[in-house]
Amino acid sequence: MPQQLVRPSPAQTRPGDPAVEGTGPVPTASGPAPDVSPASPGTPGTGRRAPGRAAGVGRAALPRLAAASRRLGRAPGLVLAGLVLGVVVLWAVVPGAFSSWPPDTGVPTDRLQPPSAAHWFGTDSLGRDLYSRVVHGAATSLAATAVAVGVGLVAGSLLGLLAGSLRGWVDDAIMRVMDVLLAIPSLLLSLALITVLGFGTVNIAIAVGVASVANFARIMRAEALRVGTAVYVEAARSAGVRWHTILLRHVLPNAAGPVLALSALEFGMAVLSISSLSFLGFGAPPPSAEWGSLVAGGRDYLVAAWWLVTLPGVVIAAVVLATNRLSHAFANPERNRT
Amino acid sequence: MIRFIGRRLLQGAFVLWAAYTVSFFILYLLPGDAVSIMASGDEQNAVDPALVARLRSEYGLDRPLPEQYLIALVKALQLDFGISIKNGVSATAAVAEVLPETIKLAAAGFALAVILGSALAIGAAFSRNRWLRQAFAALPPLGIAVPTFWIGLLLLQFFSFRFRLFPAIGNDGVASLVLPALTLAIPTAAVIAQLLSRSLHRTLGEPYIEQIRAKGASDALIHFGHALRNAAIPTLTMLGILVGNLLAGAVVSETVFSRAGIGRLTVTAVNSRDIPVVQTLVVLAAAIFVLTSLLVDLIYPLVDPRINTARRVSV
Repeated sequence: MPQQLVRPSPAQTRPGDPAVEGTGPVPTASGPAPDVSPASPGTPGTGRRAPGRAAGVGRAALPRLAAASRRLGRAPGLVLAGLVLGVVVLWAVVPGAFSSWPPDTGVPTDRLQPPSAAHWFGTDSLGRDLYSRVVHGAATSLAATAVAVGVGLVAGSLLGLLAGSLRGWVDDAIMRVMDVLLAIPSLLLSLALITVLGFGTVNIAIAVGVASVANFARIMRAEALRVGTAVYVEAARSAGVRWHTILLRHVLPNAAGPVLALSALEFGMAVLSISSLSFLGFGAPPPSAEWGSLVAGGRDYLVAAWWLVTLPGVVIAAVVLATNRLSHAFANPERNRT
Repeated sequence: MIRFIGRRLLQGAFVLWAAYTVSFFILYLLPGDAVSIMASGDEQNAVDPALVARLRSEYGLDRPLPEQYLIALVKALQLDFGISIKNGVSATAAVAEVLPETIKLAAAGFALAVILGSALAIGAAFSRNRWLRQAFAALPPLGIAVPTFWIGLLLLQFFSFRFRLFPAIGNDGVASLVLPALTLAIPTAAVIAQLLSRSLHRTLGEPYIEQIRAKGASDALIHFGHALRNAAIPTLTMLGILVGNLLAGAVVSETVFSRAGIGRLTVTAVNSRDIPVVQTLVVLAAAIFVLTSLLVDLIYPLVDPRINTARRVSV
């Protein structure tokens, strides 16, 4: 389980804890000092900083931040991943702040320009700025991904929770269906659903989400089984708490960790699936720009304009790489400390 | 052993039945009926009204639901999944026609993936140079993160258009197989490399490796003669999923390189909402998964004689 959750305040951390102890160049008061003066457990943070600055609001938060940033300093890949995702989210929220070119109207005389200072990613066959199209496409791509992960997370968690806590034939029935879903490659499953749902960004998002339901259900069921045998759940049950209250109050919060780690991983996979499906032409119709369809649009200009395919693809790969790195950090927090 | 195989075949039959049933209910029941979905295509693939009438009676859509399902199931047992809306031939025939092309592609892709993936994993375990080691370790996450269609297009751009080494499209000859197979292989190789290097790392830390090393065995003997075999087992377990991924990758790879095959058939079937063909493909994917899992169970004892599959399962 994530160590961070167990560590509510730095006052509880022992100086020997490799996570907090500064081995980096950042000067800290930890060392022999906190060992000598742990006399006031009620005032967290005294041992962590110079006594003169110990007073003030958020005493506990500051050293925790410092420790976190020191830890991050030792994982530059993680920082980079966070930066990439931060920028892409900003693209989606305020695209206008990142590119001055309009995404949908081009300058015909500027068609198929290679990347330059004016057009970072070059221009397409209609003279539209590719960087601007990628920036404006972020909202569609990320929203579709969020819908996909949301569908998978909610439906899968519910099914897994039901299977893991009700057991018996409900468990058998749900999990056999999940096994069958796992036997079919997820892209094929999504394609089958698109056949029924029809085309469009929302539909491919739903299809990708449904295809990931089985993964969520499995993890959630395992967690529900694990938590269901815990003493506090036994206690609640014998105290006469109703089953749905137990599920919501005890099982769900305690099972959330691994499920959320999985959803971080599934986020990256969903970016890939959605871009693949929109590359295949099942996404939104042409004028709108989604990352996968941007790559598809460059297919006809492979010889004349390498940037049309290459650069949007680099963006997709960078986003997936970044989410995978974050989900990795999320799933095994102890790995980031060394 | 015979009993074990029989039992596994029964389980496999159950998965196939369930896959058929799930796909039947998804594809034929969600909105309206199958024929109306198929007939509601856009103008360019408008459906002949006579065919619609024939299909309606064929599927017995006026009958009660359980009856419809039973009729369809009995037909499916005879490998009759209905008639392709696209060209009027049976869906099974439409799939069988292009299946060999995809098998070729997938086999080539799988072979490449195993070679590349194990080379990366062994390279990472073998190399003493820190930078080289990190390069080996960094490649698999990269391979997992890049979109398959993008790899395909980049390969096309460099090796077909710039250097003209391989044909860009088509199904003729070995040369046309190289780039699509490589496209297919890269994500799978990345997964294999990750799994294998993780378990190699673990295996190399085991006491028996220590002992072999103490006896004076060379690095090569330790890696290839002892560790690799034990480390291969977790990867073997994933084989069913990996083969399924190859099938999904074929959808993209065949589209990028305009190859005939199951993958492209899938895309055209979804485009024209050709439900019988889509369902055939879904059941085929499940069948491939079942067969691969059975194969893996039969291979386990060959890799590690301690695993007695038949006994393990019957316990």
